[in-house]
Amino acid sequence: MAEYQNLFTRVQIRAPAHAGTPLPHGTWDRQGRPFFSHLLGRIGDAQIGPIYLGTTGLLSLVCGFIAFEIIGLNMFAQVHWNPIQFVRMLPWLALEPPSPANGLHLPTLQDGGWWLMAGFFLTSSLLLWWVRMYRRARALGLGTHVAWAFAAAIWLYLVLGIIRPVIMGNFGEAVPFGIFAHLDWVSAFSLRYGNLFYNPFHCLSIAFLYGSALLFAMHGGTILAVSRFGGDREIEQIVDRGTASERAALFWRWTMGFNATMESIHRWAWWFAVLCPLAGGIGILLTGTVVDNWYLWAVKHGVAPMYPHVFAPVVDPATLSGALK
Amino acid sequence: MKETARRTHRLSQPALRTLAVVAAAAPLLVSCERPPVALVQNGYRGTAMDQVIDPRLDALKAAANAVPAALPPAPTVGPLAGTIYKNVQVLKDLNVGQFTRVMLSITRWVAPPDQSCGYCHVVGNMASDQRYTKVVARRMLQMVRHINIDWTSHVGATGVTCYTCHRGNVVPQEVWFESPGESAQGGVTAANPNLYSPHATIAGTALPYDPFTAYLLHDQPIRVNATQALPGADGSSLQHTERTYALMMHMSTALGVNCTYCHNTRSMPIWSTSTPKRVTAWYGIRMARELNVDYMESLTRVFPAHRLGVLGDVAKIDCATCHQGVFKPLYGVSMAKDYPELRGPMSTPAPTPAAPAAAATTAAAPPTAALTRP
Repeated sequence: MAEYQNLFTRVQIRAPAHAGTPLPHGTWDRQGRPFFSHLLGRIGDAQIGPIYLGTTGLLSLVCGFIAFEIIGLNMFAQVHWNPIQFVRMLPWLALEPPSPANGLHLPTLQDGGWWLMAGFFLTSSLLLWWVRMYRRARALGLGTHVAWAFAAAIWLYLVLGIIRPVIMGNFGEAVPFGIFAHLDWVSAFSLRYGNLFYNPFHCLSIAFLYGSALLFAMHGGTILAVSRFGGDREIEQIVDRGTASERAALFWRWTMGFNATMESIHRWAWWFAVLCPLAGGIGILLTGTVVDNWYLWAVKHGVAPMYPHVFAPVVDPATLSGALK
Repeated sequence: MKETARRTHRLSQPALRTLAVVAAAAPLLVSCERPPVALVQNGYRGTAMDQVIDPRLDALKAAANAVPAALPPAPTVGPLAGTIYKNVQVLKDLNVGQFTRVMLSITRWVAPPDQSCGYCHVVGNMASDQRYTKVVARRMLQMVRHINIDWTSHVGATGVTCYTCHRGNVVPQEVWFESPGESAQGGVTAANPNLYSPHATIAGTALPYDPFTAYLLHDQPIRVNATQALPGADGSSLQHTERTYALMMHMSTALGVNCTYCHNTRSMPIWSTSTPKRVTAWYGIRMARELNVDYMESLTRVFPAHRLGVLGDVAKIDCATCHQGVFKPLYGVSMAKDYPELRGPMSTPAPTPAAPAAAATTAAAPPTAALTRP
């Protein structure tokens, strides 16, 4: 009788903790005594730790902590150091960028100086974490795909926070730190620049965002569905295609006429995810610098369709003769 | 039977869990309005120019905006109030019957019941201007007549009365004062120009919470959009945009409508795709601004300190002062039609509206039905 074997199992096996491959000479030790968590084992590996922090990791955390404190303490000051108000008002609290009139000059601390400083430390933290990711991948002999995917996200962050404001000539164009404040900024940004939905790179970014979710669901669903034929041994199936691979391919060829392969599906997923912030960053970079009103741009290039009027023609009252101010 | 019940129970466990998750997420999908909500299409199909109407909130609003019965009309003949009473400065053109009717109505609409006439008048010497409330009331009567005569571009033929704003309160519930400034600890810490507390007047957003001083008192430019596709035409900042956005959120809350009541939101600034309501609103902003400057601010020294804001400024008008959450104050019911005394000097007919596209409504209509009308 055939035995049902599957790597995907809810059985958690306890063995001595695995410390990882030996570290090369001259690097830090891994930190923390590994332990096991049953609950985390249900959604991932039950072994927690050890973690490798390293110089860049430690510096990244320090920079991140400084940025967090600058933002948090300024917010705390805005509610006059009242902890209850701090919790209650947290979504409305914000550290705003310098006034637009300040241009690219160094602002005073009160008017955006703290914002600039928080931005500097947050950026340093992100870049150091990126270096750490790159170096950890190399240390394990891996490719650097994850680091470059992370770099795509950092690109969008840099465009929003520094590259575009510098091109526009004032830091006031940048995003505030704050929960509702940054959301209101997003709406205001679209309102000011004539509706971002008419920005083709915004369209592309959304397509890659939703596409990523779709691909993730398709790939996850496919592998789970063929795991009963060994499809869970995904990597082995790449080099030694078995019946799981064949059935998965056949399924998609039957349903949509085309199928990715065990190898290419992972490139599809990586590129979709990376192109989302990459295209988005280009869209933001062009806004205000190259295009000032995306709706009018879309009208000019025949992108925006015209709909029949359902109201009597409306005229801007400010253009009438003798109009009020 | 027992078997079926047990199986149903066993099968429904994950389904129930899924349902619970869906039920918990449902309110998020209709952005803060508890279902059920009704949608009224307001523009060309496919443009999503819908008005979201919450029947539950609508019922509450309808009850809060019930119109009080008008006093019986006064006889049209009689000696003029200005010739009978002393110190009549505004309502000189009314006969004694009409004059008394207006006074009685003001008492019902504005004065506290326990003070009645004495809230404004020195009892025993009705002609006296000793009480500040009488001086304010006189200016307000001038304002009401001015609105009904000169601002038909905004109020149409519906007009206004004291009740439109006061609703039985000595001070209308929705008024604004100039902002006391940024919320800051001082020293080197960063101030937050947008924060004082979440203000209901701008729909609780984190936008600048006082768009009124700039736009409804001073006439700073509201428009922020570039008028051409490529850069060079306009330099409005994002901070300017947020202030305009705050004013628009105020209008949306004050009128209980979505952005699409006035705008085709695919392009907020384009007039040709906007609804005629936007023209009415445009005049409304100018009306509120003029009334604040010419009428409210002229009373700053008349009011005692406890009626003034922290900066010593007078209470001022915004959209909610009259609208109070409804797209037309009192759902468009014209109280002014029952009060010709408040429509202006009785001998002079009111001039025709100057605005070409101003929408004017003469009849009361159920809220949802009125929304569907262009």
